[in-house]
Amino acid sequence: MPTIEFTCPDGSRRTVEARAGASVMETAVKLGVPGIVGECGGGLSCATCHVFVDVDQIDVTGRATDFEEEMLEDAMTPPTELSRLSCQIAMSDALDGLRVTIAKEQQ
Amino acid sequence: MTGCVAVVGAGQAGLQLATTLRTLGYDGRIVLVGAEPGLPYQRPPLSKGFLAGTVPHEELELRDPSLLAEQRIELHAGRRVVGAVLDRAGGLLRLDDGSELAFDRLGLATGATARRLPVPGADLPGMLTLRSVADAEQLRAGLADAADIIVVGGGFVGLEVAATARAQGRRVTVVEAADRLLARVVAAPFSAHVRTWHEARGTTVLTGAAVAGLTGTDRVTGVTLGDGRTLPADLVVAGVGASPVTSLAEELGLDVERGIVTDVAGRTSHPRVVAVGDCTVQPHPHAPDRLLGIESVNNAVEQATAAAAVLLGHEPAPRGVPWFWSNQGDLRLQLVGISDGYDELVVRRGGSAGEGRLTVLYYRWGRLIAADVAGNPRDFTAIRSALAEGRTLDPILAQDTDVPLRTLLTEARGLPADAAARA
Repeated sequence: MPTIEFTCPDGSRRTVEARAGASVMETAVKLGVPGIVGECGGGLSCATCHVFVDVDQIDVTGRATDFEEEMLEDAMTPPTELSRLSCQIAMSDALDGLRVTIAKEQQ
Repeated sequence: MTGCVAVVGAGQAGLQLATTLRTLGYDGRIVLVGAEPGLPYQRPPLSKGFLAGTVPHEELELRDPSLLAEQRIELHAGRRVVGAVLDRAGGLLRLDDGSELAFDRLGLATGATARRLPVPGADLPGMLTLRSVADAEQLRAGLADAADIIVVGGGFVGLEVAATARAQGRRVTVVEAADRLLARVVAAPFSAHVRTWHEARGTTVLTGAAVAGLTGTDRVTGVTLGDGRTLPADLVVAGVGASPVTSLAEELGLDVERGIVTDVAGRTSHPRVVAVGDCTVQPHPHAPDRLLGIESVNNAVEQATAAAAVLLGHEPAPRGVPWFWSNQGDLRLQLVGISDGYDELVVRRGGSAGEGRLTVLYYRWGRLIAADVAGNPRDFTAIRSALAEGRTLDPILAQDTDVPLRTLLTEARGLPADAAARA
């Protein structure tokens, strides 16, 4: 199973295993990784699963789509070019070892 | 502090109540009793990705069993409460396997059931409703070999099912009794926008159309309308609302009025009992003497989070701005605030907003109270922030789609919306 290393809002790190096909948001919420809310359950509607992808991995995850970018525009933690809504990143073996930093404030 | 909190209902609200008790530091027993088998799951994908087959069952589940074990949440899935007693110090639940559970505090998250059509033939096979994962599995199987689908009810669930079925190439007719879609929740320009989207994809929308009965002998073959016409149907789905499940609350002597009566933090008429989610009614934000049922994930999560604090004797955090979403194919609807009680509308469309986008802003006493947004996340997030911060935006300037809404936000002046309601 591919792993994800989360850097949580308090600076702590946590590495978890993800089901292939599960989103980064779903993985975090199901395992109680703090800082990701995911209120809409992956519907790309709430912008409460904002993460920053490691700069060396953003080309593998791909960058935010137009709709995602618009959702993130007014985020409380200002977005960068590494910002993604983590419900939109589906885990696969190609993403094994993914490192993401969870935005300090969601919405 | 030791003891036992029993939570009845293991949906989004019940699970949130249970897990929040633990994260707030409660150390006693937490027992979560759910009538449905399996792990707690989210319902929104049932009419969308799960029905379409793109979202697998695992993705519905809200928490991993390892997290529930770590948080010492005892899940009794597939169990019903068949009896209960309550006094000032706590009470006892009797479950359908004969076991008994003593508690000193109780959370009710009993949800709602899908309303059935009150017409002849409503019990025929092929007449379905959608509430549970079992309902969704049955509907998915039914869609696979049906040609003509009739959706009764032009609300969110009905329209989501219609969009999913149409995308699978079925002939779909939506039959709505009111004169427009989503009539109870959105203003007419928004209804029209949604109707246009569905019709452009080949769905037939009939409004002002009452259902008189269903035809068929061993299974449904048609829907007879009030004007006498009978439309052929292989499958009929009723999306005509949900009724809060209040039987246990009534047995315990709690105040019930349509739903279990609570305040915004889930307090009931009994100091040791909270109620959360779709089974509740709570004060209307603009008219505190009226009770409102808010069926949404957002309400379930926030009300349950507040109720957990209440059960532990903590001050609950203030509630945020209510919001809701509905995805119908690529039509993305985001609703924020409570528009009920508005006295002025602003429609924002065209120009640089782009094709297929529409924002309807609702004002009361000159102040922004809510908005319905189709396909425009910038407008949605700007308005959500405005409402959260108690700001408003000028209704005239807001009509110009070349101006981003977030540049128009100003401090709200004059009467706050709820004070206006009391005036």
